[in-house]
Amino acid sequence: MKILVAVKRVIDYNVRIRVLPDGSGVETDNVKMSMNPFDEIAVEEAIRLKEAGTASEVVAVSIGPARSQETIRTALAFGCDRGIHVQTEQPPEPLAVAKLLAGVVAAEEPGLVILGKQAIDDDSNQTGQMLAALLGWPQGTFASELVIGDGVFDVTREIDGGLETISINAPAIVTTDLRLNEPRYPSLPGIMKAKSKPIEAKTPADYSVDVAPRLETVTVAEPPPRPPGRMLESAAELVQILREEKGVL
Amino acid sequence: MAVLVVAETDGANLPRGTLATITAALAIDPEVDVLVLDEQGDEASEAASGIVGVRSVIKAGGPGLAGNLAENLAPAVAETARNYGYVLAPAGTWGKNLMPRVAAMLDVQQISDITEIVDGDTFIRPIYAGNALATVRSRDPVKVITVRGTAFAVAEAPGGSAAITDGPEVAAHDIARFVKRELSQSDRPELAAARIVISGGRGMGSGENFQLLDQLADKLGAAVGASRAAVDAGYVPNDFQVGQTGKVVAPELYIAVGISGAIQHLAGMKDSKVIVAINKDQEAPIFQVADYGLVGDLFKIVPEIADAL
Repeated sequence: MKILVAVKRVIDYNVRIRVLPDGSGVETDNVKMSMNPFDEIAVEEAIRLKEAGTASEVVAVSIGPARSQETIRTALAFGCDRGIHVQTEQPPEPLAVAKLLAGVVAAEEPGLVILGKQAIDDDSNQTGQMLAALLGWPQGTFASELVIGDGVFDVTREIDGGLETISINAPAIVTTDLRLNEPRYPSLPGIMKAKSKPIEAKTPADYSVDVAPRLETVTVAEPPPRPPGRMLESAAELVQILREEKGVL
Repeated sequence: MAVLVVAETDGANLPRGTLATITAALAIDPEVDVLVLDEQGDEASEAASGIVGVRSVIKAGGPGLAGNLAENLAPAVAETARNYGYVLAPAGTWGKNLMPRVAAMLDVQQISDITEIVDGDTFIRPIYAGNALATVRSRDPVKVITVRGTAFAVAEAPGGSAAITDGPEVAAHDIARFVKRELSQSDRPELAAARIVISGGRGMGSGENFQLLDQLADKLGAAVGASRAAVDAGYVPNDFQVGQTGKVVAPELYIAVGISGAIQHLAGMKDSKVIVAINKDQEAPIFQVADYGLVGDLFKIVPEIADAL
């Protein structure tokens, strides 16, 4: 079985983001960029399936500006076999990404596509579900466990209030939640090998997809700051304030 | 343009997120219909019909309702949506799973997790874990939107008397099958709905020590949550997690105990009305968002609070 994993280049999760003064977005110049953490989990899961002999080939796809190739290279260092980069000027919206991925799926015919449940930049949490809809495939979203059966995937999903297990037919879409696995660090030999692995260059035109945005970002702003807090001396003082001044007890 | 609210249901109890989504819908347009997709839809439909402002309740039927699978529900929602200008659902895991599938079927770019409505085309939503707020304008003919439950008040009920009509027949496709659902059992209020939330972090030191928070929570009628660090350390299950990667809460009172205040945790609780932080490290970032801070040993301070109540 061939597995496709989708990876996105985002601002590193440890970076405190800065909103641009003109409200046009968030500062990305000279900011550390990394693979979206949920996508690292997707890559790790695919590599483990390959190591277990379940997957025959793992292909990493990224969609976005030229430097998204770095993110594909990272996926190759983890152990993915080859990459596909669909180059766009701006990071496209989830619907356009899903349409492009559907084009890649049509060409590659994987048995399983694994994606992060959301990218930590726009926090949309849409692409996997949209891809499943476009392909007419089942979806195992927010997966914390994935068991591969004969033409069937059993997916344990993290839902509000607990866990849910569903059984879905191959081919299918799975999106990762945090507890699916703990991604490894790429090894030095892995990084060296990644340099010679192929990355295919594609454009949206190759898949006849219109990536023009549907949403217009009017402005991006800082959230309103909270008023400065007060340090208190004792538990008794806290209880008194909460009860008498704030009326929340 | 009329609004269709796709309701997450739990028998006769409509979850808080659904009630908040109805409030958001009424802020967009007074014509609000509620679609109930529940195998036992009678109770939920009755509950929805009692909500003030709801025009009508559409009760779906058919074998595809069993198991709540997006593969079955999405086509029925998309079909119903064609008569509406807006389709709204709560942004819990249920809505997050279902709505993008609906949006793609309608060829619409969904707007996720809105916290504010500017006008009929323009919405505010948090990005970067709430560290920035994006105002976005949509020109899609049908706007598919998920709503952050904590950002809108709960719709008023009872008092309404909407008619209940039979809606779409939901077919069962065999590409996906429901196996089981394991919900955590607790006598305490749900994290997302609680008026008071007490959360513990890595500073709790162990799962057993969470009993300290349980005792305080019992006194206050509070829910107990946790930071990602406490979950990763194995102290408590993942459904306790408050944060960008867990639940987003905005209670009247949030008490953070032994939580340093990583960006991802703050994203899940910083809209709480009153925030109290208890931490031994006075430099902990949690104090920057706290209204009241106590620096010291949580194992001493938490019992003192319980005693002072």
